[in-house]
Amino acid sequence: MTAPVIELRGLARTYPGPPAVHALRLADLVIELNDYVAVTGPSGSGKSTLLHLLGLLDSPTAGSYLLDGLDTSKLPDRDRSALRGRRIGIVFQAFHLLSYRTALENVLVAELYNQTSRGTRLRAAIDALIAVGLGQRLDALPTTLSGGECQRVAIARALVNRPSLLLCDEPTGNLDSRNAASLMALLDQLNSGGLTIVIITHDPAVAAHAGRTVAISDGILSERTGAPHA
Amino acid sequence: MPRPGAGLPPPRLSVRDAAAEAVAGIVQRPGRSGLTMLGTVLGVGAFVAVLGLTATGAGQISRQFSVLEDTTVTVADNGPANDVAPPGTYPTPGFAADADAIADHIHGVVAAGVWWPVALPQGTNFSASEALSGVTSQTVNLLAASPGAVKAMVLTMVAGARLSAYENDTAQHVAMLNTTTAATLGISAARLPSHPAVFVDGIAYTVVGIYSSAQRVVSGDSGMLIPEKTALAEYGNPEPGIGSYEEAQMVIATKTGAAEEVAREIAAAELPTDPKRLVVTPPQNPLKLQGEVNGDLAGLFLILALISLLIGAVGIGNTTLVAVLERTGEIGVRRSVGARPRHIAAQFLAESTALGTLGGLIGTCIGVAIVVIFAATKNWTAVLNPAYTLPAPLIGTVVGLLAGAYPALRAARTSPLEALRYA
Repeated sequence: MTAPVIELRGLARTYPGPPAVHALRLADLVIELNDYVAVTGPSGSGKSTLLHLLGLLDSPTAGSYLLDGLDTSKLPDRDRSALRGRRIGIVFQAFHLLSYRTALENVLVAELYNQTSRGTRLRAAIDALIAVGLGQRLDALPTTLSGGECQRVAIARALVNRPSLLLCDEPTGNLDSRNAASLMALLDQLNSGGLTIVIITHDPAVAAHAGRTVAISDGILSERTGAPHA
Repeated sequence: MPRPGAGLPPPRLSVRDAAAEAVAGIVQRPGRSGLTMLGTVLGVGAFVAVLGLTATGAGQISRQFSVLEDTTVTVADNGPANDVAPPGTYPTPGFAADADAIADHIHGVVAAGVWWPVALPQGTNFSASEALSGVTSQTVNLLAASPGAVKAMVLTMVAGARLSAYENDTAQHVAMLNTTTAATLGISAARLPSHPAVFVDGIAYTVVGIYSSAQRVVSGDSGMLIPEKTALAEYGNPEPGIGSYEEAQMVIATKTGAAEEVAREIAAAELPTDPKRLVVTPPQNPLKLQGEVNGDLAGLFLILALISLLIGAVGIGNTTLVAVLERTGEIGVRRSVGARPRHIAAQFLAESTALGTLGGLIGTCIGVAIVVIFAATKNWTAVLNPAYTLPAPLIGTVVGLLAGAYPALRAARTSPLEALRYA
């Protein structure tokens, strides 16, 4: 039997004070392969903390986080970096593109550390940009791209190493409604292709695209059942 | 349960990729890169230029030593141990009547002769004949000189001829004037064929030549040379004693490298009965003097160049540190896609090292150009020591490496989460 992509067992993150802030409290969550999960909640509820833990950008203060069956809480930085590079793709609300690099170079940055040949990397980066509909904008600088196009470059960067998990932090937060709808359609399409997606959002319309919705409030997770999949 | 990390190779950043990222970082922000490099360019440029100019200048000094200072020996008459002269007169000079010929027999002597400033009563008038200008002057230095001394002085003639051996042997009343004296007394080169005369308190001297300068023996701005034997006949013996203004001296021009040997032999040759009466002054050891000059200059300028380099290093370090702070977001992005702290450090270190190397190269070129152009304008030979010119770009490399170390370490220590907050 295949291990779940994500398995959280009593995961907690407390920021030392004073006063200490319990951003995430004893969270238990299982996300299977090809799940499409929305994590919703108001500002300050712990959504971003959860995303940082899932993306191995931060370490929990208690509990364990199993990614594809590996207990990440016991891994050294070398293996956590490898998992971030190979198994996890992260899309940020603010895109986080390198402003002085072209769209293609921004995607290539994600492949820089994975020990593949330059030719292979170049081919993969071009394919990723074509897959998100930016095959004609390879040499464009982020400053000349629209918000929607920037976010697509960010998605291409997150997907170029073929991760098993895509984490999106408010992916439509900086987009207008038309670009947001287009982006969600792209995410739906990726999920249909077998990719496991976790979206952090406070927008019900975005959450409605996911098959599962997990609410978080004051650091406590609770799953709603029967959420519609748009 | 699988072993943690199993199946995933650790992230790596090849040297080629790190270099490519460094070049991209430099090329894509040319303004910032140029300013960052400026410190190293100035530092290495100053280093190369200062040492090059020092070597070039020292080479020129050496050349001067070799052509003049190295080939001059002077001998002064200290006077006899027991004063044998009648009261009110000076003793016979310590140099024999044929002193010039004696010196000429010593191997390495090019020319040698005796000279002295003639002591004249206060207010002695030097005047040209009424037919010429009638001008009178009291400020002329009258020098007695043997033919050998005149030759050793190496006079640059403007007109006429030098004092001859015949004129000396027969104590002729002839004289040579330097251009200042000739101008003061109104005697031009064009008038020499008419044998103009200068009167020294009424005693006439026919002017046979006018000279503009002398390489050896400084006679002041205004000078008049008369034969040694004429001076002895008219004004008596010169005052002996080292340091007295009118003491008789012998000036000797030698071949290059012969001065020390000549200096060792001359006193005994000229006055075998009392060689200690003659005080010989050989040239300073040119190699030693040159070494001292070179050493002092090089040491001083090396310190200045190192200070310039230090300023360059601080410039690179500071700008790299600012770049790290400005690019914290980039560090977060790179960490989020798998970069390890060492990869971040390597990238920033590669950038600062590449900037240092580039700055070193440009600085070396500028430094070499400064030395070559300076030497060309002075008509000197540019001297650039390959021992420090060729490795100079590597100094920039080392400066960039050292200056980038702390910022790179700081970048590596930035947590991905913290870094992304600044993105």
